Amino acid sequence: MFYREAGDFKTSYVEDGQTFPIKLDRYAYYVALAVAFGVIPFLIDDYYANAVLVPFLIYAIAALGLNILTGYCGQVSLGTGGFMAVGAYSVFKLMTAFPDVNILVHVVLAGIITAVVGVLFGLPSLRIKGFYLAVATLAAQFFLVWLFNRVPWFYNYSASGQISVPERSVAGIIVTGPETTAWAKYLVCLVFLVVLAWLARNLTRGTIGRSWMAIRDMDIAAEIIGVNPLKAKLTAFAVSSFFIGIAGALFFAVYLGAAEVGEAFGISKSFLILFMVIIGGLGSIFGSMAGAAFLVLLPVMLKNVLVGSLGWATDLAAHLELMIVGGLIIVFLIAEPHGIAQLWRLAKEKLRLWPFPY
Amino acid sequence: MTTIGAPVSTGTEKAAGGWITADGRTIGEIMMEMRNITLRFGGVTAIEDISFDIRKGEIRAIIGPNGAGKSSMLNVISGFYVPQEGEILFHGAQRPPMRPYEVARQGIARTFQNIALFKGMSTLDNIMTGRMTLMRTGMASQALWWGKAQAEESAHREAVEKIIDFLEIQTIRKTPVGRLPYGLQKRVELGRALAAEPKLLLLDEPMAGMNVEEKEDMSRFILDVNDEFGTTIALIEHDMGVVMDLSDRVVVMDYGKKIGDGTPDEVRNNKEVIDAYLGVAHD
Repeated sequence: MFYREAGDFKTSYVEDGQTFPIKLDRYAYYVALAVAFGVIPFLIDDYYANAVLVPFLIYAIAALGLNILTGYCGQVSLGTGGFMAVGAYSVFKLMTAFPDVNILVHVVLAGIITAVVGVLFGLPSLRIKGFYLAVATLAAQFFLVWLFNRVPWFYNYSASGQISVPERSVAGIIVTGPETTAWAKYLVCLVFLVVLAWLARNLTRGTIGRSWMAIRDMDIAAEIIGVNPLKAKLTAFAVSSFFIGIAGALFFAVYLGAAEVGEAFGISKSFLILFMVIIGGLGSIFGSMAGAAFLVLLPVMLKNVLVGSLGWATDLAAHLELMIVGGLIIVFLIAEPHGIAQLWRLAKEKLRLWPFPY
Repeated sequence: MTTIGAPVSTGTEKAAGGWITADGRTIGEIMMEMRNITLRFGGVTAIEDISFDIRKGEIRAIIGPNGAGKSSMLNVISGFYVPQEGEILFHGAQRPPMRPYEVARQGIARTFQNIALFKGMSTLDNIMTGRMTLMRTGMASQALWWGKAQAEESAHREAVEKIIDFLEIQTIRKTPVGRLPYGLQKRVELGRALAAEPKLLLLDEPMAGMNVEEKEDMSRFILDVNDEFGTTIALIEHDMGVVMDLSDRVVVMDYGKKIGDGTPDEVRNNKEVIDAYLGVAHD
């Protein structure tokens, strides 16, 4: 009854274009931000940070990145894991080469390096599309993993072939390494997600976002009305890879602490993030986060229910968990092919009219 | 005093002058000239040695039976096809081969025979995309959505709102275009082309598949665009009534060749044109 635009007058085009046109939505957003920054850091413990919140935040950044490329610009990519690896190895090399520079700067630089690599691997998109482009990005995935495995310079010639993160702090608070507290990890990732989501929203609502969507919906018409396809596709690859690179850097430096490329950034990671984007909703910022939440939370919840409440054996639960998650993905895609974001949109439409049916 | 239908002498210029139409509009100098255009796809010749011009301010129709090469001609003008022979002059200067988006930046916009809207975007976003060629802010400014980018967006939004008012589509401003009925989609597509503030507007069968009322609406919009904005229009249309009423001059094509060119009346009485449309008796 209170959830509607009526009475909330917009008197300028800037106001009309705001992200949350309905008052209640705006308040909900501010409350969510306040809770995320002001309440959760005080309540968080190691289990929640490592099993739920930090992976959710990092995957949400990666899903945002992939959604810009696949959901907004329509270019399918299976190279997400490889690009995350670029972010991770960049941040590792930067941290060890320039130990005095702030780690946050390194994370952003790692994003920029990944953006350059992404543009390079995005070049085939100018000629090929659809499945063929997916295969080309798959090549990027395998090549990058192979590269980081085979060239010892990338892992500083360590005997194990792994990279492990040195301890770094921001303003006196340790944010990487084994000594990091749960709330510090959480806050670093949260700040990156909030800032990047804001940037993604701004980019997708302006000229550049429209040029991406135009290429996605009808590339020939887009070119004829004045969209430069080369520029649109390559900027999409650059921005997307920037996000994914930052996600990779955080995944390694803040979350894992030590990583082996094939295991941490293999093809399964590419698929996981693609699933998040598809389940969350292509072409939606909220959807990227919802998809990440769904695929991070669901296994944890199932495990808690099966092992914790029902008392099943751990390995049995682990197998069942995979089957249930897989089954749910299929059910979900049949019920709502446009993802959680679309469900959310429909729910809001209904809510706007409530208590009347139409 | 100028005689209706007779060339106007501009004094300084030579024959490039133009004339005043029966309804008082001024047809200016030659804006675009196609010279001996030939376009082949492998062994098929889609357009064979066609020359014609489009004058500033006029409504120029291209007609012909199916497969005559009309759409190919529009695709040549909009840069989608590059002809094997011939040259294109725009504002008197020869146009080098360029990509379609570069052609768009010269002030040539078009609509498509089969609607080519961006289905996932709203009416507003579709028309805003049409202004792509006029937007200037860089990526960094857009990412921060601060000052310049926001001001530019609002300024262009205002221009787009004028087009929305003009086309009477205010109520569907925020509706995804995929949900709109056919007639409205055609209108949105016209809006998207108009948003670029083109000098030359190309319409590929703007009235295909419409009922009489929708055709009347669309004809009114086309005439208004030409009259109010002074936009030069080249259109392809199969409805002869519409073509004869709207256009100032007509090019007739058949099997890739030009078989007639002139005012609607001249074309109507041209023997070759009548033969092409009605068929010739073979004895």
